[in-house]
Amino acid sequence: MNINATILGQMIAFAFFVWFCMKYVWPPLTAAMAERQKKIADGLEAAERAEKDLELAQSRVADQLKEAKSEASGIIDQANKRATQIIDEAKEQAREEGQRLIAGAQAEIEQEVNRAKEQLRAQVASIAIAGAEKILEASIDENAHAELAEKLASSL
Amino acid sequence: MASEASHEEAGHGEEHTQTQGEYIQHHLQFLTFGKHPDGNWGFAHTEEEASEMGFWSFHVDMLGWSVALGLLFVLSFKKAADKASAAVPTGFQNFVEWVYEFVDQNVKDTFHGKSELIAPLALTIFCWVILMNTMDLVPVDILPWLAQTLSGSHETAFRVVPTTDPNITLGMSISIFFLIIFYSIKIKGFGGFLAELAFQPFGKKMLPFNLLIEVPTLLAKPVSLGLRLYGNLYAGELVFLLIALFGAFQLPAHFVWAAFHLLVVPLQAFIFMMLTIVYLSQACEDH
Repeated sequence: MNINATILGQMIAFAFFVWFCMKYVWPPLTAAMAERQKKIADGLEAAERAEKDLELAQSRVADQLKEAKSEASGIIDQANKRATQIIDEAKEQAREEGQRLIAGAQAEIEQEVNRAKEQLRAQVASIAIAGAEKILEASIDENAHAELAEKLASSL
Repeated sequence: MASEASHEEAGHGEEHTQTQGEYIQHHLQFLTFGKHPDGNWGFAHTEEEASEMGFWSFHVDMLGWSVALGLLFVLSFKKAADKASAAVPTGFQNFVEWVYEFVDQNVKDTFHGKSELIAPLALTIFCWVILMNTMDLVPVDILPWLAQTLSGSHETAFRVVPTTDPNITLGMSISIFFLIIFYSIKIKGFGGFLAELAFQPFGKKMLPFNLLIEVPTLLAKPVSLGLRLYGNLYAGELVFLLIALFGAFQLPAHFVWAAFHLLVVPLQAFIFMMLTIVYLSQACEDH
């Protein structure tokens, strides 16, 4: 073993390298890795939060879907009811219209009958008078017997 | 690599025939720069010359590899650190962050005080020592041969595994020893530090015995820390050199030993790092 000034040289080199490492190697590595650790922790936290959010959103979606379904079935019910109502109303209207038409037709028919009766009566009266004129010829005073003929005609 | 050794024998047979002992001896010689006894500065050519230079000489090969590998560590990690962001990491960035987390976890598990220094210190030790140990896996003759070719001298000594030099390992462990003392005094005060040495474990009345136990315990920390790493890697290197003398059977043997060393390399770096953390956390603990 030959101990000489090499030992001093090595001590100086050692001190320099340790100083260099302490100054320029260790701190940036520590900083970078701490930052990455924080980033990863943040990322994990964010992922957890997102998962929770997703769960929440899913349950909300399910709720909304249920609500929408019940609403839709309500609307359909209402629509069905309304349709029945409209049909009923239409039927009612149609029946009323029909009855009105029938009543109108009957009244017209009655009118026609009455007018026919009137005409017939007038004609019968004149026919009767003409017949009686023919039978009685001059013996009958038109004025005196007109009232009688009128009475006869009205009883027809 | 014995074939190379024998090749050298053939090539330079007229100058000198290298025996197996000399082969190993030469491989364990440092490229030493210092002041010759005659007053001139220069490289030592033999081991005797190197030891004559005394304390003020440098193992240029060891310091060179040590600093080069240290620079490789800090610059590549700095590049990754500069690019580090909260975005998804890729490639080398991933690797750096993996090492960072490994070191950080070990520091947090063991060291409970607050210190800006301990974690970067542990990271530097771990990566740097791993890189230095890994040089052990480079075939033992390649880089020395390259150095000899470049320098043009067959005698040039060149070693490549910094952690097989006790100067390198003790250089680090003694620096850590200073940190232990510094933190002990910083946390417990100078009196508290002395009291820890003198007043326990047997109480104030047995002060000399306490000192006799605690002072060697304290001093043993840097010595054992440095010598453990040195011893393991030196032994590994020596075995590689011995295997290189096998001749034709060296390749499978190299492979087996290298595979074993794949475990030793990171393990010794890890032990060095962990013990540093443990010693410093002990220094920071207030009783």
